[in-house]
Amino acid sequence: MDTAVKPHSLASVASAGRASSTTSLGTGLEARGIHAWFGKNHVLSDINLDFAAGSVTALIGPSGCGKSTFIRTINRMHEFIPGAAMAGEVLLDGEDIYAPGVDVTKIRLRIGMVFQKPNPFPSMTIGENVLSGLKLAQLKVENQDDLLEECLERAGLWNEVKDRLDAYGGSLSGGQQQRLCIARSLAVRPEVLLMDEPCSALDPGSTLRIEDTIRELSDSMTIVIVTHNMQQAARVSDYTAFFLSEGGPGQMIEVAPTSEIFSRPKDQRTENYVTGRFG
Amino acid sequence: MTTIPAPRKPWALTPQARVREVLLLLAALITSIALVQVTPLKGKLAYFFTFFAIYAAITTFSQYFTRGKAAAKDAFIKTIVVVGAVITVLPIASIIATVVSKGIAGIRPGLFTHDMSMATPTDPLTNGGLLHAITGTLTLVALSLVMSVPIGILTALYLTEIKGRFTAPIRFLVQAMSGVPSIIAGLFILSAVLYPITKSYSGFMGALALTILMIPTITRTSEEVLLLIPNDLREAGVALGGTQWRTVAMIVLPAARSGLVTAMILGVARIAGETAPILLLTGGGDKVNPNPFNGSLGSLPYFIWKSFNAGSPEAITRAWAGLLVLLLVVLILFTLARLLTTQKMKAR
Repeated sequence: MDTAVKPHSLASVASAGRASSTTSLGTGLEARGIHAWFGKNHVLSDINLDFAAGSVTALIGPSGCGKSTFIRTINRMHEFIPGAAMAGEVLLDGEDIYAPGVDVTKIRLRIGMVFQKPNPFPSMTIGENVLSGLKLAQLKVENQDDLLEECLERAGLWNEVKDRLDAYGGSLSGGQQQRLCIARSLAVRPEVLLMDEPCSALDPGSTLRIEDTIRELSDSMTIVIVTHNMQQAARVSDYTAFFLSEGGPGQMIEVAPTSEIFSRPKDQRTENYVTGRFG
Repeated sequence: MTTIPAPRKPWALTPQARVREVLLLLAALITSIALVQVTPLKGKLAYFFTFFAIYAAITTFSQYFTRGKAAAKDAFIKTIVVVGAVITVLPIASIIATVVSKGIAGIRPGLFTHDMSMATPTDPLTNGGLLHAITGTLTLVALSLVMSVPIGILTALYLTEIKGRFTAPIRFLVQAMSGVPSIIAGLFILSAVLYPITKSYSGFMGALALTILMIPTITRTSEEVLLLIPNDLREAGVALGGTQWRTVAMIVLPAARSGLVTAMILGVARIAGETAPILLLTGGGDKVNPNPFNGSLGSLPYFIWKSFNAGSPEAITRAWAGLLVLLLVVLILFTLARLLTTQKMKAR
């Protein structure tokens, strides 16, 4: 281990000047000393990362370095895996989401998630899929039709499906299904959206559509995206964090505004990765 | 302009090869008939087995000389596989053929509108009918379904969704339960419920025993089906802020719908013709009894058993008719359940 991993703070890099506005959007999300285990296997070590409200943060790094595990600790999906354990705090508006007595379902309403594989609910129509979160969480909404249109519009899918909202979600193409899943997570109005390699199963056209969607969404919410595609990270994110596992648990090597990570990374390992020398 | 060639199937058999196949089959047929004639072998089964043995030998050798050892092995195994499939189908086909040919004589319109309360076993077939047995069997199936489907599916949900501490022992017990002989289920209800508590035969007692037999089938099949539902869907539901129960009720169960119906069908198949507990518990009346909780209840298996025991030619014809009706009832229930599930699938 050549360098000790220091806690990074986005607040400091934000003040370097490149970041988008950090005011008025409210929700701050901070990960403090996150460790994660599967059984006895220590997979993630001491991740400290702040997500500025309204920013897009990309997590990059080779497979198995703990990126997905990390974002699953942020909305408490990590605990679904048998044998999972964690340490550290995730602060949403200054409150630890792992504190005793916290209602997990409310946390997941505020911190939405889009998965790697498109997973529309097979027994529901396109319209029902979008509004499914309201039913699942038993939320009441005044005008469902408006919400339906708004979410599909924001996910960039409205024009393609407005005439067949009664068709089943499975009848859409893979890229459309993924945008449907994004629309579905928008309907419950999350403050943070976590995306776990949302484009890895999609063709380039659908990928670009989703990247546009991400850029538009970042006006109103905080987005964290895990990606293996470095061009994608460069295109959509304000900040990029590089994760790496060197035999042991995954660690965060470096976080900085995206242009800095790709043009003048501080750590040699980051440079090796972003220039394609390994990983 | 490119011309579009006519579509063909270059991998299909050439006419010569097809003629050769037919000739091989014919040769096997003729030699097998000749063999059965000259040797002391007798009967349909003899024809059946000599035919396949000779066919296997001929194809294997012809493949060996034309295409070599590997092709010969392939041809031999192929024949064995076909024999296996035919042997599986033969008894079923034979049973259905026997039941239809013997039962058809007893099928008359009156069968479905009259019961046996005003007829004796030796009465001509124009008297009496099976109405009491048909309604009785349907009542038993319905009652058992009402009791075993919720229990079975909830148990399956415990095994697949909750995965609590007792998952392994419950799974083991359910598997052991599926091997319980039906007469034991019958005797259990007889000694635990009928003798000490109700002290009288009724359809409900029979349905209780059938429920014991049905629960393991429904639980195990539902569990298999629920395990096939991708975990992605459960995670997606929970990530949208649903509780586990709402995720299961809104997403997992609807996604597993057709499989759960299959589980119900298999459960019905397990019990529709079950006889031992019925003999012990229902009393088997000859009159239509609309109340399964009071008084003896006739059913098709009971009627069949009773009629064969009565022994008169009329009674035996009635018994065969009862068997045919039982097969038809099961077939109709299966078809209904399939229709109900496929309708929704087609809409997708």
